[in-house]
Amino acid sequence: MKVAVITFPGSNCDDDVVHAVTAVLECDVAKIWHLDSLGERKDLIVLPGGFSYGDYLRSGAMAARSPIMKEVREHVRKGGLLLGICNGFQVLTEAGLLPGVLLANRRPGFICRPCTIRVERTDTPFTGAFTEGQVVNFPIAHSEGRYYLPSSDLDVIESEGRVLFRYCSFSGTTGDEFNPNGAAHHIAGLLSKERNILGLMPHPERTSEAILGCDDGALFWKSIRSWVERR
Amino acid sequence: MEYLVKITITLKQGVLDTQGKAVTASLHGMGGYEALQEVRVGRFLELRLSAKDRGTVLTLAEGMCDDLLVNDLIEERSIEVVEIR
Repeated sequence: MKVAVITFPGSNCDDDVVHAVTAVLECDVAKIWHLDSLGERKDLIVLPGGFSYGDYLRSGAMAARSPIMKEVREHVRKGGLLLGICNGFQVLTEAGLLPGVLLANRRPGFICRPCTIRVERTDTPFTGAFTEGQVVNFPIAHSEGRYYLPSSDLDVIESEGRVLFRYCSFSGTTGDEFNPNGAAHHIAGLLSKERNILGLMPHPERTSEAILGCDDGALFWKSIRSWVERR
Repeated sequence: MEYLVKITITLKQGVLDTQGKAVTASLHGMGGYEALQEVRVGRFLELRLSAKDRGTVLTLAEGMCDDLLVNDLIEERSIEVVEIR
C-alpha cells in the first residue's frame, strides 16, 4: 500500500501519522511538502492535523488553495482515497471536497482530550475492520471543530448515509452532553458522496498503538489496507 | 490609478458567533454597559490595488473574495473602494 502525508506550513501531526501508519501497517509512507509533487500513484493521501498557515484567514483556507491540491483532486477523481484529519478536515471543506465548514467550538477554547465516537457504518474504505455501532476512542484536539451545514443540506448528507462517525457516550448514546464542540448532528467524521474522501476531527493516529493506552486507531488503518488490497 | 479597497467580512445572521458572544458577556460583566444588546466580531482587510478604473478594482476585489477571502456558506462581505491617487 502506498501512502502519502502532505505537509503544509504549520502542519504538526504529519510525523504522528507517518509513525502510526508505519508502525501498524509496516508500509512505506512518503511525507510530501505541499510545493512538491505527489510523484507515483498513491492509494491513500492524508492531510494531517495542525495549524496550516497559522489558521490565518480561516482554518484550512490557504492550504486548500495550495499547488499540490490540484494533484490531490486528480487522485480522488481517479478513485484514490483521501483522508483529512482535524486541520485536514478543515482543508477538505475549504477546498470544496466535502460540504460544510468547521466553526469555533460551541464553548470557545481549545479542547484536547480523549473522545468517544460511534462507527455508523462498516461498508466503507475506512471502517471495514470495525463493527457497526462500535464505540472507539480517537482523541480530539481542536478549537474549531463544530461541523456546520445548513439544515436542508444536512438532511441530504444524512439520507446519503455519509456520516461515518458521531460523537457519543461510552455506551454509544448521542446527545448534546457527549458532543464536545456542538457539531451539527454530532458529526465527527463525514464521507464524500463517492465515499473515497473522509474528513475526521478526532485523531486515529494518536491511539494506534497499545503503548499509548488504546489502539482503536489501528483498526482504522487496517480497514484502509484491507480495502486497498481487495480492489 | 491607485485604489484602497476596504473589505468587511462578518458571519451571516443565524451562524453562531462565539467570539461576539464572549465579548458581549465580558462587557456586560464589567458593568455600566447594560445598553449593549449584541457584539458581532468580524474581519477587516485593506487591499491596495493599481488599476485603470474603479469598476476594474471592484471586479478584482469580488473575485478575490469569491476565490479565497470569504466563505459564502457562513460569511457575508461589504466592499468599499477609495481612490488614493
